[in-house]
Amino acid sequence: MSLAEAFDEPAFVPYLCVGDPSVERTREYVQALVRGGADVLELGLPFSEPIAEGPTIQGSVVRALEAGTTPEQYFEFVDSLDVDVPVVCMTYYNLLYQYGDSDGPGSFVERAAEVGISGFVIPDLPAEEAGPLRTACDDHGLDLVFIVAPTTEGERLERMAGLSSGYLYVQARLGVTGAKADVSDQTEASLAKVSQYDIPKAVGFGVSSGDQARHIVEAGADGVIVGSALVDIVADHGDPEGDDVPERLESKARELSEGVAAGAENMAKPEGQ
Amino acid sequence: MSHETRRDGETGTTDEDRPGTFGRYGGQYVPEALMPAVQELEDAYERYVLEKEDGFVDEFRRRLRDFGGRPTPLQRADRLSDRLDREVYLKREDLLHGGAHKLNNALGQVLLAKYMGKERIVAETGAGQHGTATAMAAAHLDMPCEVYMGTRDIQRQRPNVFRMRLNGSEVNPVSAGRGTLKEAINETMRDWATNVQDTHYVIGSVVGPHPFPEMVRTFQSVISEEARGQIREQAGRLPDSVVACAGGGSNTMGTFHEFVGDEAVDLFAVEAGGSSLAVDEETGVAPNSASLSTGTEGVLHGARTKLLQDSDGNVVESHSVSSGLDYAGVGPELAHLVDTERVTPVNVDDDEALEAFHLLSQEEGIIPALESAHAIAFARANPEQLGELTVINVSGRGDKDLESVIEETEQRELENAPSMDIFERAAGDTEGGI
Repeated sequence: MSLAEAFDEPAFVPYLCVGDPSVERTREYVQALVRGGADVLELGLPFSEPIAEGPTIQGSVVRALEAGTTPEQYFEFVDSLDVDVPVVCMTYYNLLYQYGDSDGPGSFVERAAEVGISGFVIPDLPAEEAGPLRTACDDHGLDLVFIVAPTTEGERLERMAGLSSGYLYVQARLGVTGAKADVSDQTEASLAKVSQYDIPKAVGFGVSSGDQARHIVEAGADGVIVGSALVDIVADHGDPEGDDVPERLESKARELSEGVAAGAENMAKPEGQ
Repeated sequence: MSHETRRDGETGTTDEDRPGTFGRYGGQYVPEALMPAVQELEDAYERYVLEKEDGFVDEFRRRLRDFGGRPTPLQRADRLSDRLDREVYLKREDLLHGGAHKLNNALGQVLLAKYMGKERIVAETGAGQHGTATAMAAAHLDMPCEVYMGTRDIQRQRPNVFRMRLNGSEVNPVSAGRGTLKEAINETMRDWATNVQDTHYVIGSVVGPHPFPEMVRTFQSVISEEARGQIREQAGRLPDSVVACAGGGSNTMGTFHEFVGDEAVDLFAVEAGGSSLAVDEETGVAPNSASLSTGTEGVLHGARTKLLQDSDGNVVESHSVSSGLDYAGVGPELAHLVDTERVTPVNVDDDEALEAFHLLSQEEGIIPALESAHAIAFARANPEQLGELTVINVSGRGDKDLESVIEETEQRELENAPSMDIFERAAGDTEGGI
């Protein structure tokens, strides 16, 4: 399934960092998220300097790196993943840049295409530096998702909407990733700002409950991205035989995907408009 | 749902003529939330610093003089000249207010933040020298300031932590990774991304996204501007070589900049060789900070540059006995000057740096920062490369390093270290007297 198709109905997009606490456990977790209603998977490839992440996801990245997770293991993991939803790779530019023998991101994108990855989110790659990756993605038929921040405006917004494919990642608040209890007032303003662009808009940064997810879809989002609230559950992991992390992930995913669905239903009713 | 992809062919290229790039290096690899702030800074830098609008440059120069104590002297080092059998001059940045070259940049940026209407300053610090300089500048210009510092550096540099607190700055410990400069930069970037609308990030070296590398170099260039005039006045000619230590590269670029066009002047950037130049892939640690000598091209902290990384592209932990040099990256302009062979990267190890620290203390009466001791150590070991007349930058004074120097000296066999058993003897006498 393509990314565009995954957003035909408002989509629930969970994030996990691959390799926390091990690649094999990530497999169980991802399956649990899909059972819970994931429409797209954002899977993090851990990098040593995650400057856009708050403490929760930083912790996950550190655990994944300590477990020895490498780009090649990540690719093999995605290749062997038996799920029917598109996978988006979220990582930082230096890992793309270093991969393979080529100068630039070409080899990384080629390998990603080979294992069935649909697209990328690269938080430290603004439009100004994205030319080589955009070209490589076009060459291999992959999407490149840009993050629209609360501070993005005018000409830059125009340019990013033009460069982005798959979906636009709408950052709901300033700062770094991390679960919050409220829906940022910024969300509606951010969505209004991008409403004119004909590309799905998915909102992330600070989403943690089904209620928030419903509100965000009612505000006009085509998707809701949730990371830290899920990684919080992963951080609790214990003995692989004994802990209930997959069950809890599945139930949290269900709450969130049902929130998305409820929002979609309200939007479909005339009075919900 | 369909979407049409409209793409502007002119965007998103990293070509070598773009402003903010130095050959293949530089650029602006930062989260989108920071891009408007980075561009706002770019505009302010052009207006106030380059175009000298609203009297910024005059005010900056005046404050550097009255508050900072500029110009700093260029001093002939008599015994070092005898020892090395050539003319050795020291640029005394250790005599700048605060005890290091760092104030040149911190004062420039805090003043610029004021001109921009920002209300809050954040900064990272490694050795604590940039943090203390920023704290002083912020107190001087009445701006609230928060400094992020790795927990390991806080332990290594207690006096500087006290100084920042005394100047009224908050010090926020960063415990991620090995708790050094790299992690402190990550955390400061996160603060900036959260509070970008009213906050300016005073980056401490010629690193980070454009315009930081160029702007910090411009503020630091006062070192070479003065030194070039002083050496011509005192020695009657340009030097054969200029030597500066290199971590991130701010004192290096400041000391070199005005000499870059003087092709006959050799420029030596002295990196921290640490205990070994090899990277241990298994532990992910480089026991050195020699990114110019041994690093490879990559993207770190907003710029494409040379850095210490493993084969996957994860950044490895660096090491140096000198915490101000302990950084896995280096400024993009310096990386470019090395690639084009204008600057020669060299390195000295921890032991050589400590011996040079003792040498300058004993023979010249100058206790240098451990960072600056690296520059002295290179000159001491390679006098034949210096020509007949050399300028060495003493980037800072060593008071901040006393505790670690005494500890490190005890653990090593250094040929010229003074004995510190005075405390044991005094303690023995005291006990005997009871």
